[in-house]
Amino acid sequence: MTAPLERPRRKNPVLRTRLPTTPPAARSRVALGLTAAAALGRFELQVCRDCGAVQYPPREACHACLSERLDWRAQDGAGELLAETVLHHGLELYYRERVPWRIGTVRLDCGPAVVAHLHGDCPAPPARVRVRACLDRAGQAALFAIPEKDTPSMADDRQLREMTCDPQHRKILVTDGKTALGQALVRAFVAAGAELVWVGHAEPWKRAPGLDALAALPQSTLVPLDLTDARSVENLAAAIGGKVDILVNNAEHHRTFGIEARRGIDAARAEMDVNYFGLLRLAQAFAPALRARGADGAASAAAWVNVLSIFALANFPPHGTYSASKAAAHSAAQCLRAEMRGSGVRVVNVFPGPIDDEWNQLLLPPKLAPGGLANAIVAALRSGVEDVYPGDVAQDWLARWRDNPKALEREVAG
Amino acid sequence: MTRARRGYEDVVAAVPVTVPYVRFSIRGAHWFIGRALAGLLRDSGLRKEAIDGLCVASFTLAPDTAIGVAQHLGLAPRWLDFVPMGGAAAVIALRRAARAVESGDAEVVACVAGDTNSVDTFRQGTAGFSQFARDAVYPYGSGGPNASFALLTAHYMRAFGARREDFGRLCVAQRANALANPHALFKQPLTLEQYLSARPVAEPLHLFDCVMPCAGAEAFLVMRRSRAEAQGLRCARLLAAIERHNAFAADPIQFRGGWALDRDELYAQAGTAPADMDLVELYDDYPVIVLMQLEDLGFCAKGEAPAFVRSNTFTVDGSLPLNTSGGQLSTGQAGTAGGFLGMVEAIRQLTDQPLGAPVPGAKLGLVSGFGMVTYDRGLSSGAAILARAEAGG
Repeated sequence: MTAPLERPRRKNPVLRTRLPTTPPAARSRVALGLTAAAALGRFELQVCRDCGAVQYPPREACHACLSERLDWRAQDGAGELLAETVLHHGLELYYRERVPWRIGTVRLDCGPAVVAHLHGDCPAPPARVRVRACLDRAGQAALFAIPEKDTPSMADDRQLREMTCDPQHRKILVTDGKTALGQALVRAFVAAGAELVWVGHAEPWKRAPGLDALAALPQSTLVPLDLTDARSVENLAAAIGGKVDILVNNAEHHRTFGIEARRGIDAARAEMDVNYFGLLRLAQAFAPALRARGADGAASAAAWVNVLSIFALANFPPHGTYSASKAAAHSAAQCLRAEMRGSGVRVVNVFPGPIDDEWNQLLLPPKLAPGGLANAIVAALRSGVEDVYPGDVAQDWLARWRDNPKALEREVAG
Repeated sequence: MTRARRGYEDVVAAVPVTVPYVRFSIRGAHWFIGRALAGLLRDSGLRKEAIDGLCVASFTLAPDTAIGVAQHLGLAPRWLDFVPMGGAAAVIALRRAARAVESGDAEVVACVAGDTNSVDTFRQGTAGFSQFARDAVYPYGSGGPNASFALLTAHYMRAFGARREDFGRLCVAQRANALANPHALFKQPLTLEQYLSARPVAEPLHLFDCVMPCAGAEAFLVMRRSRAEAQGLRCARLLAAIERHNAFAADPIQFRGGWALDRDELYAQAGTAPADMDLVELYDDYPVIVLMQLEDLGFCAKGEAPAFVRSNTFTVDGSLPLNTSGGQLSTGQAGTAGGFLGMVEAIRQLTDQPLGAPVPGAKLGLVSGFGMVTYDRGLSSGAAILARAEAGG
């Protein structure tokens, strides 16, 4: 059984920090369908629309009937472990640094046999297992076989932790502690076993409600941070940048205007200054240190979380300029994700529907409770997904957007 | 009703050539193929213009294929083929060349396999070997085919009760055969104790279960027997040959290969049986594959190879001489030339020009091929039966 992860020892600052390496990232385009599903935490395989045959590895044509109509469909992953091996030798640096490494052949109940990473708690073959699609440190889908039933501390498996960004024992920066979401995030990370949570607040002379209670938590520390001020961002990065393992950027500026309803661009500029330029300032100051620490032991740098908005996918005209700023932030986050790729540090984009706060007062429910959103973010880090659409509204928009983006645009326009 | 396959009449293989193996080389694949072709001309006394058919196998020729080799080496063949099919390449080349000379499309076909190996060649070749391997195996840490064969070795051991000692007996016997072969890269005897105590590579595979990648080339000529005799060449007759690709695709893990589908045809075409063979050259990238072939080629029943291995010596001077020059496990695996090793050795034995120890009085030999692990198993299988060309026979 997996031993619970112990609190990592204090790092010896004299020793060289191991530089990050990643597993082989090359894939065919068709195989990226597996990655696209894994980014959402789903295990999907191609299923032939004509004969029903399940395909693996991903194909351009059905191996049974040659149909080109292959649809990605969710799979439960149940199967039988037929054989296992423990690798003691790797051609790539990533594995050379991580052997011994356990993999196995699993015959899925839905048909194909797959090669998968093997959780330490899976019994020797023959054994029933469940196969999941995870994202590996290269950000590509990797199949992972876990025991048929959950085991204690299974999240602490050494190989599984390579796929996840568990906040336990890690040091977290939450960029805005003044909002209800920010405060819920701090409490959620503390509850998840974070070693330390730095809590940014932009105007320290204003004591926002709830901050004193956060400051009283032994794991949390208030730090001044104003994303509209490059010097403020750089000063904080100079002080703690080399220690942050997970950065959660929840700071945002939100006003409820379209284009006509407000003369001038001051409100729009303020939104862009926090939501878009703020992300750039933060990334330029903090990302280099995170990148360098992508393989720094059991509590390595692991993730960068952007709290975006479902309105980043398609403009919501009543909150038109806010939507635009979140779309800009989404685009920048894709760039950041590409730049972080080689480090193994995951960029997690969160696309919530409206949060139940004062700026969404006039929106009809359902609205997201800050605590629920905070828990969804922690769960995303634990499971290792890359894109998160929490709540019913976000799921509804996502389904409409994936089905037909133009139809969504027209629907939202009223 | 399908028409019975036409047998091979009057086709021979001759002029076995080996370009000595080296662990690493700074030469390109063209160099090794060029040395092999020069060896064919030297040993046959033929002029380059007499080679009017060329069949090339290589993994490290890119961006060239066989046509690039033709220009590189100044050949003007009227029949050209490229068969980069690894361990199955020799049988495949021989089958195609045989039909070419029978039909008259070519008179003398040079079959050449050559590959180079520099320090990072193996990793690069493995990382990009196939789309399925790149998408679904290589990202999992498999050090080349090691992981795939570790998985099917583990399964074979569990399913059929094979033990590491059984694989070890085979490796030790092949090493004994290799000691007489001056080209073998492994020159020290191997004991069962050394085999068992070697370091693990991908459990249950340990160091001596894995071939060592190297550079080298192997080649032979295919022609009609009358042509060989006119040239004064010693030759081996082709009696029968089979090939099969992607057999038993529904097996969730490989425990048999295409030979099991085609072996009856092989022996019927040759008019022989497994027990008639004086020597067998079985593809041996990993010992489990040898056991699988002993079963699928009819030397014993499925699942009985472990017991069969325990009751044979496999040495040149013992029962069922197997991989008589040492096999790839002891000579090294020179890329696709590894697939030619057994063929060239069988031709040598049946024409009395072995590099190492001769199999006394050998008249019949079986050569197999196996290769192309594009995902989780070897896809291509082949086998040929060669016979000593007795005077007037």
